[in-house]
Amino acid sequence: MADAQQFCTFFIDEQFFAVPVQQVQEVIRYQEMTSVPLVPPVIRGLINLRGQIVVAFDLRRRLGYPDRPEDQKPMNVVVRADGETVSFLVDEIGDVIEVEETLAEQPPETLRAEMRELVSGVYKLNQGLLLVLDTERTVNGKEISHARP
Amino acid sequence: MDELTREFLLESYENLDRLDQEFVKLEAEPGNLELLKSIFRTIHTIKGTCGFLGFSKLETLAHAGENLLSMLRDGHLALNSEITTALLAMVDAVREMLGSIDTVGNEGERDDHALVETLARLLKPPVAIKEETPPAKTEEAAKSTEVQPEANIGEILIKRGAAKVIDVYDAVQQQEQGDPRRVGEILVEKGAVKPQELVEALNLQQQARAGGTSDSTIRVEVSQLDRLMNRVGELVLLRNQILQFSNSSEDSGLLATSQRLNLITTELQEGVMKTRMQPIGNIWSKFPRTVRDVAMSCGKTVRIEMEGKETELDKTIIEAIKDPLTHIVRNSVDHGIETPEKRLAAGKPVEGLLSLRAYHEGGQVNIEISDDGAGLDLEKIRKKAVEKGAITAEQSARMTEREAANLIFLPGLSTAEKVTNVSGRGVGMDVVRTNIDKIGGSVDVQSKLGAGSTVRMKIPLTLAIIPALIVTNRGDRYAIPQISLLELVRLEAGEAQKRIESVQGAPVYRLRGRLLPLVYLDRELRPGARVDTAKGPAAVNIVVLQADERQFGLVVDEINDSEEIVVKPLGKQLKGIKSFAGSTIMGDGKVALILDVLGLAQSANVVGGSREHALAKEAGAASQGAQKRTMLLLQCGAEGRMAMELSLVARLEEFKPELIEKAGDQLVVQYRGEIMPLIQIADVLHLAKCESQGKEAGKTQVVVYSEDGRSVGLVVDRILDIVEESFVQQQPAKREGLFGSAVIQQKVTDLLDVHSLIRNAIPGFFDGQPLSQER
Repeated sequence: MADAQQFCTFFIDEQFFAVPVQQVQEVIRYQEMTSVPLVPPVIRGLINLRGQIVVAFDLRRRLGYPDRPEDQKPMNVVVRADGETVSFLVDEIGDVIEVEETLAEQPPETLRAEMRELVSGVYKLNQGLLLVLDTERTVNGKEISHARP
Repeated sequence: MDELTREFLLESYENLDRLDQEFVKLEAEPGNLELLKSIFRTIHTIKGTCGFLGFSKLETLAHAGENLLSMLRDGHLALNSEITTALLAMVDAVREMLGSIDTVGNEGERDDHALVETLARLLKPPVAIKEETPPAKTEEAAKSTEVQPEANIGEILIKRGAAKVIDVYDAVQQQEQGDPRRVGEILVEKGAVKPQELVEALNLQQQARAGGTSDSTIRVEVSQLDRLMNRVGELVLLRNQILQFSNSSEDSGLLATSQRLNLITTELQEGVMKTRMQPIGNIWSKFPRTVRDVAMSCGKTVRIEMEGKETELDKTIIEAIKDPLTHIVRNSVDHGIETPEKRLAAGKPVEGLLSLRAYHEGGQVNIEISDDGAGLDLEKIRKKAVEKGAITAEQSARMTEREAANLIFLPGLSTAEKVTNVSGRGVGMDVVRTNIDKIGGSVDVQSKLGAGSTVRMKIPLTLAIIPALIVTNRGDRYAIPQISLLELVRLEAGEAQKRIESVQGAPVYRLRGRLLPLVYLDRELRPGARVDTAKGPAAVNIVVLQADERQFGLVVDEINDSEEIVVKPLGKQLKGIKSFAGSTIMGDGKVALILDVLGLAQSANVVGGSREHALAKEAGAASQGAQKRTMLLLQCGAEGRMAMELSLVARLEEFKPELIEKAGDQLVVQYRGEIMPLIQIADVLHLAKCESQGKEAGKTQVVVYSEDGRSVGLVVDRILDIVEESFVQQQPAKREGLFGSAVIQQKVTDLLDVHSLIRNAIPGFFDGQPLSQER
């Protein structure tokens, strides 16, 4: 298969998302978090990843979805983004899939603004649309870098 | 790069560092043949090796240097500063080429023809050499240093002529026959050797052995040590977890094992830390050369003195303070020390003195850099600061000398008359402070016009693992570096409400008579969140902290243990938050944030928004010429704002209204087995009564004044604050009992004349008339 890319997929509020598999360090179940005061709500807390401390980003909040119900514990997709290891909190983990480049399209204009900014491409798959996130932009942007005083 | 080249580079770097020192030393004692020999050997080695490795440019240059050195060594040439400069230039060129080999693998594009020619030209002596190196010195040197590393004490003694061969032989025989004493001891006891001689011989033996330690040390990559340190950090965390488990276990075996683990981990941690420790002398060793170069370039002579070279610091800290230190040293020579003419005119020795001092103190290292130069011209600094708009003219006029001196750490301030290539461009001292701040140190300058200045740094020993106090806020734990911690205060539920007062809405606590501003951690961490006042009376835990030379109390929910924590940096997204200095992993594996005490104090406005701001504020409060006085600010009556000297205050007390009795017309209270008369200041001064006088708190505030064991209580409505300010009394007294008025904290304040006040109210008080029978 020419020009195929591998993605690590996951679900957020039933929507199918993915990040390039090369950027994913590991996928782990729910971890206890230490909340950090004075930060934007997107940052849910700090996780102890075998001695390394990583920041956990709630992708629901980052992408503008409503918070997940209290009893639903998020899963961690640990990625290397922008020179740092961070964790993306997602609802559910999917498979690692291989997708042909030919199926890629630009994100549609109708996408919500916060989403369009972070989605680098859309893949038309049989089971639905796959939105690929730009990890770098996900961990940056004005919602995050300007921590409240 | 192959192993051989790497080895060559490492070795050469080390040798070059030594060369710098040796050259400077050589200049001071040009006749020192040993030094010359050593320098010659070093250059010779470099030349030889690079010929072997095929670095021809380097070889040519080293060869030219070697020629010149051999002439010096053999006494055909005398060292002068021109030769020294040329040789130092050669050392620099060699260093640069080595650097180039290190990074790009070849010697680079340098053209050293001019330098080689200079070196060659200097070979021909301009004038015949009159001064021969004294041969006696050579012999003496040979006698004292040529000791083989494997020499035993007997041999050394014989060689030095301190013992007879036959005595040593006897002693060795005796030892072989089972005498447990050492040969030296036997000889001294027999009277064959003077103890003094033995000590000298032993020293020599030690030196010889130390010289031959090449087998007992190995080189280790710093990154290797860093990794090791990280692992030890994790081990410390694991140890903490295990200890927590074992403490809740009944198993005595587990307890014992974990105790042992605890011990070994601590030892391992100390051991690894030690491998990362380096004597500060490692960076100081470059300074003689720096000082020499700078002094030469501005026509000065400067001697450098060092004390405490062996003081050890963590490698990362050594790296971090290297540039700031160098900058200060250059600055001191360039600006601090005057030209010889000026020094002579000022009656000082022509040679300037720069002294470096390092010593441990309270878990920190202090480094002092002093010069005996002209000192800082504070007037000029003030002027400059005002010109640059860093402070206002008014602030400048009010600054104390020390504050003015510390203005040099503001960005963009340089008082150098001319900009040299060395310094004076107004960048530097602020960078020095920023760099020192970054590693948690502090820097301060003191200066005396005409007598010199001293820059003093306080540097933490290590950054990786620090002791910290763990506190809890809303169930989350936070670590406070122990270094900022002064003490802990706990107020029980009932007490807390009474003891925490407020000054214009800001909560304060009276800690031994001093007002301590309080910062509620919860409010700082959750600004905007509603404070649940409905929580009812609860005990209050105050952590008394020091930030930027100010104290404040941090109110937390709970104070837990103190623990050794491993500092981990915060992710990029959290770096912007001033209140946190880092994160760490606790014994149970959960993450905790480390509070940045200074940042917290700043965001709570306990200290100014930034240091500069703090400085300006401080300066704004100080006034010219007047000495600072510590005043107690009081509220008497509805509007009376009063101040009295704190030194007149014996104690601050509170009395419940029912305790106040009357003796005749006099209000009194029973106080420490005495009857203490009370003076209502508001009444005496005929001030408007305060509506809610003492009622809200349900107690009467009394300032106790004591003299000769007798006390009198001054009843006030509120204690407002304790301030340290200098002020000028502006208005003359309007009435008895007052000195006059002044502006304190930007408010008009009456100054209480306590003595006349008491004299008026209780006429006999100062005459020693007994006031109570109990006395």
